[in-house]
Amino acid sequence: MFDAATDPVLIGEGMTGGYGAADILHNCTISVNRGEIAVIVGPNGAGKSTAMKAVFGMLNLRQGHVRLMGEDITALSPQARVSKGMGFVPQTHNIFPTMTVEENLEMGAFIREGDFRETLEQVYDLFPILRQKRRQAAGELSGGQRQQVAVGRALMTKPAVLMLDEPTAGVSPIVMDELFDRIIEIARTGVSILMVEQNARQALDIAHKGFVLVQGANRFTDTGQALLADPEVRRSFLGG
Amino acid sequence: MDFLNALVLLANFVLIPAISYGSQLALGALGITLIFAILRFSHFAHGDVMAFGTAGVILTTWALQAAGVSLGPLPTALLALPVGIVASAAILLAADRSVYRFYRKVKAKPIVVVMASLGVMFVVNGLVRFVIGPNDQNFADGARFLFTVREFRDATGLAEGMGIRISQVITVVVTAIVVAALFWFLNRTRTGKSMRAFSDNEDLALLSGINPERVVTVTWLIVAVLVTMAGTLYGLDKSFKAFTYFQLLLPMFAAAILGGMGNPVGAVVGAFVIALSEVGVTYAFRKFLEYLLPDGMAPEGLVQLLSTDYKFAVSFVLLVVVLLVRPTGLFKGQTQ
Amino acid sequence: MNLRNVILFAIMAALLVLVGFLQSPSVAMGMVNMCLISAIMALGVNIQWGYAGLFSVGTMGFVALGGLAVVLTSMPPVHEAWSAGGLGVLGALAIGVLTIVAAVQAWKRVPAGLGRMGALLVILVVGFVAYRAVLDPAVDAIEGTNTAVAGYLGGMGLPVLLSWVTAMGLAAGVAWVIGKVSLGLRSDYLAIATLGIAEVIIAVLKNEDWLSRGVRNVNGLPRPVPYEVALQTNPTFLSWAEWLGLGATEASSLFVKACYALLFAIVLAIIMWLSERAWKSPWGRMMRAIRDNETSAKAMGKDVKARHLQVFILGAAVCGLAGAMLVTLDGLLTPGSYQPLRFTFLIWVMVIVGGSGNNWGSVLGGFLIWFLWVQVEPIGLWLIGLLTASMPEDSGLRAHLIDSAAHVRLMTMGVILLLVLRFAPKGLIPEK
Ligand SMILES: Nc1ncnc2c1ncn2[C@@H]1O[C@H](COP(=O)(O)OP(=O)(O)O)[C@@H](O)[C@H]1O
Ligand SMILES: [Mg+2]
Repeated sequence: MFDAATDPVLIGEGMTGGYGAADILHNCTISVNRGEIAVIVGPNGAGKSTAMKAVFGMLNLRQGHVRLMGEDITALSPQARVSKGMGFVPQTHNIFPTMTVEENLEMGAFIREGDFRETLEQVYDLFPILRQKRRQAAGELSGGQRQQVAVGRALMTKPAVLMLDEPTAGVSPIVMDELFDRIIEIARTGVSILMVEQNARQALDIAHKGFVLVQGANRFTDTGQALLADPEVRRSFLGG
Repeated sequence: MDFLNALVLLANFVLIPAISYGSQLALGALGITLIFAILRFSHFAHGDVMAFGTAGVILTTWALQAAGVSLGPLPTALLALPVGIVASAAILLAADRSVYRFYRKVKAKPIVVVMASLGVMFVVNGLVRFVIGPNDQNFADGARFLFTVREFRDATGLAEGMGIRISQVITVVVTAIVVAALFWFLNRTRTGKSMRAFSDNEDLALLSGINPERVVTVTWLIVAVLVTMAGTLYGLDKSFKAFTYFQLLLPMFAAAILGGMGNPVGAVVGAFVIALSEVGVTYAFRKFLEYLLPDGMAPEGLVQLLSTDYKFAVSFVLLVVVLLVRPTGLFKGQTQ
Repeated sequence: MNLRNVILFAIMAALLVLVGFLQSPSVAMGMVNMCLISAIMALGVNIQWGYAGLFSVGTMGFVALGGLAVVLTSMPPVHEAWSAGGLGVLGALAIGVLTIVAAVQAWKRVPAGLGRMGALLVILVVGFVAYRAVLDPAVDAIEGTNTAVAGYLGGMGLPVLLSWVTAMGLAAGVAWVIGKVSLGLRSDYLAIATLGIAEVIIAVLKNEDWLSRGVRNVNGLPRPVPYEVALQTNPTFLSWAEWLGLGATEASSLFVKACYALLFAIVLAIIMWLSERAWKSPWGRMMRAIRDNETSAKAMGKDVKARHLQVFILGAAVCGLAGAMLVTLDGLLTPGSYQPLRFTFLIWVMVIVGGSGNNWGSVLGGFLIWFLWVQVEPIGLWLIGLLTASMPEDSGLRAHLIDSAAHVRLMTMGVILLLVLRFAPKGLIPEK
């Protein structure tokens, strides 16, 4: 059934639903292929975060379903999805502020059985600053470092798919480039990446696939480069 | 000027009682602060659950005494502690399963849960009175003093003496052990860390696969230990009375808030601040000043700031001052 | 009022009438009086909680202050005591107030830092020492005068009904101070703070003998209604009683209680009318808007803290009024009898069970819960009697259980509160 080479590892298909009575998402489809980077862009309040939550099972869908490697996981809880190989870095409140960096990472590995030192070392290799600050409370770190903690925490379960909601929100341009580099690096190790980004230009530049959401629905879907080249996308969403 | 005698006097009437009372408050306040950190509501049934666990200890102590079991110089109640802990754990878990869990599931506002805890308070309060009655109960046995005032005076030749009761020694030792164990648990074990994580960021804890129901259960179990210890130590040191335990709610909460709600270190520090203020403000300092001031300058009155009947006013004033000046407490507590 | 509510009230009335037949009319009438007072207390709490969402558990304090107001208003002044230490006490209180005012001013005027702390400390210490230096001798002098019957300053010797008004004033004044410091805290901190202040008020009543005779109580408060003994010797009354077929004692007791009931009913009607008007007024709508969404109300320029203070004071005044009525009914002030379970938390049960945010609900809750509070005890006793009937007469357990039956009502109240919160959180008569 599931063909790893062509089918997306993770897909939320025809998702419709919201937080209460009113739907936020309307027949919205999001997917990412193995080892690739998929990026969701769109104006504020378009439902990007909502789409991420829906894919991660933090929202009840009225219609549509979510499939991970061909398996329907629509009914699974977020925790169960973590066990199945999904990792999620929420847009806000994505660290344990009073706990040390290392404890944050340990909590990331909470559902793993057995030794996770190796993964911990890998995260430290990826984000060397975290090794230096391992004994410091995560809440005391700078914005960029906190995002690294957040991404590191999600990596501790060795996910097959990593979902990032605006990982570069509120960090300086230099740190942002640095974070993008790290994300590409993570993708190279075979982890599929699905992320929401405000900085649409840079994000689409590194994306294999891009989704432009408007009012909870897909407006454009194409490769990152094609979207960058599309004059209408440029005019409406990339500021010319 | 007689510095040594003044110091001994102060130790005997203020420091030693305050340290032992502070320890008892600390255990109680730790429970309150943990519940707040994990379950995010103010647990009004705390004093009554404390009385319930202690009642369990007292009944068991009586049974042991009747059976001729004793710990020699130590109070028999120490042997009975496990029974009291099981009793308070049972009532806390029963309350959680039958009452609080529902509000957790529907994500009720904290104030609703606080009200539910008022209901639990009524039930437990009635239960305690039903089981052991509303009156004073004394269950201390074993040796009374480590050394008495007279022994101290004879040994040191000072005019003033100080005595240390066994119950005070036990209070401080047990509190030290329990607090150390709790901090070790919270900072070093996987379960303890998961509790801190849950307290820090509930949603992220869920995303990390931490089971909230397990965290909650462990919290109640720890609270059962803390609260039973606190109640038993308080009862050994003073005496047991259901209403007194209910009234301890105020200083315990004051301690927890003073230290910063949700912050365990804060709860312990807050407890000692409250206890020291309470004992200090209600102590008559005349004799103490007589030793320190030159002859003829000794004060006429008792130099007692407030009569002991106003000790709750001390907790209250400290509480209000902290809330006005620094609402997050001495150590930063949770604010949400 | 819709049909359902009418039926609920009718059931309540039927219960009370039943008590009249099964126990005695006098018992029923006594219960009605307490129900009326409870209803007013519940209205007071409902004003704070139902209108504004303030979780204050200091009800007992305001109720007790109301009781104190009766003494201070209606008892004759003790002239000896006044001449012994009256001036001293007044002077000390003035010093106390000045100290606090000075401290507040220092806090506001002096820039934050060590200077402010130092200034505050000096003001408070000097003020406190001066206060005690003036107060202590005066108090000793007052408490030394005619200790057996007085030993306190007494009151103003005014008509007792006037004390119901002063009670509201006293409770409101204290509520203003408390509200100033504790409103604006997060909801459960407000609860702890008000719980504390209630304990402090009770401690004052118990220990400031010069003010309230402390635990020696104040007996023989004047009455707004005739005395039974007077009625029993009144030929007109006796002929009425005979005509009704009642004994003189029963009839006089019933008549006195009925007089109280009438007074209380009038007060309840007035409070109810005002509460309903307030609820429906733009002011009431604004309060509810604040209660339901404080943030947006703030954003719309509402002065949330001032409104909360207002409603807190109003609720406290109503509780104080109820407290004064209670002490008037009892004819004595017993500071030792104020217990938070009875005078704070039980009132909360009334409000929640009746239906928070609904005045009629509070009244019904006040009636029903008081009725249960009184009746559960005999029912519990009866149940335990049944349970233990098979046990041997001299069984220790049996004796213990029968002794403990009284505490069943605490559990019952708790269970009722929990059940209502869980299954009917809007109460018997929900908010409209
Ligand atoms: N927890 C929530 N409850 C209700 N509505 C929400 C919640 N979070 C977001 N929304 C609403 O859903 C819509 C989409 O929000 P979001 O997904 O956060 O947008 P984006 O991430 O694209 O900026 C917005 O209208 C927002 O107001
Ligand atoms: Mg977003």
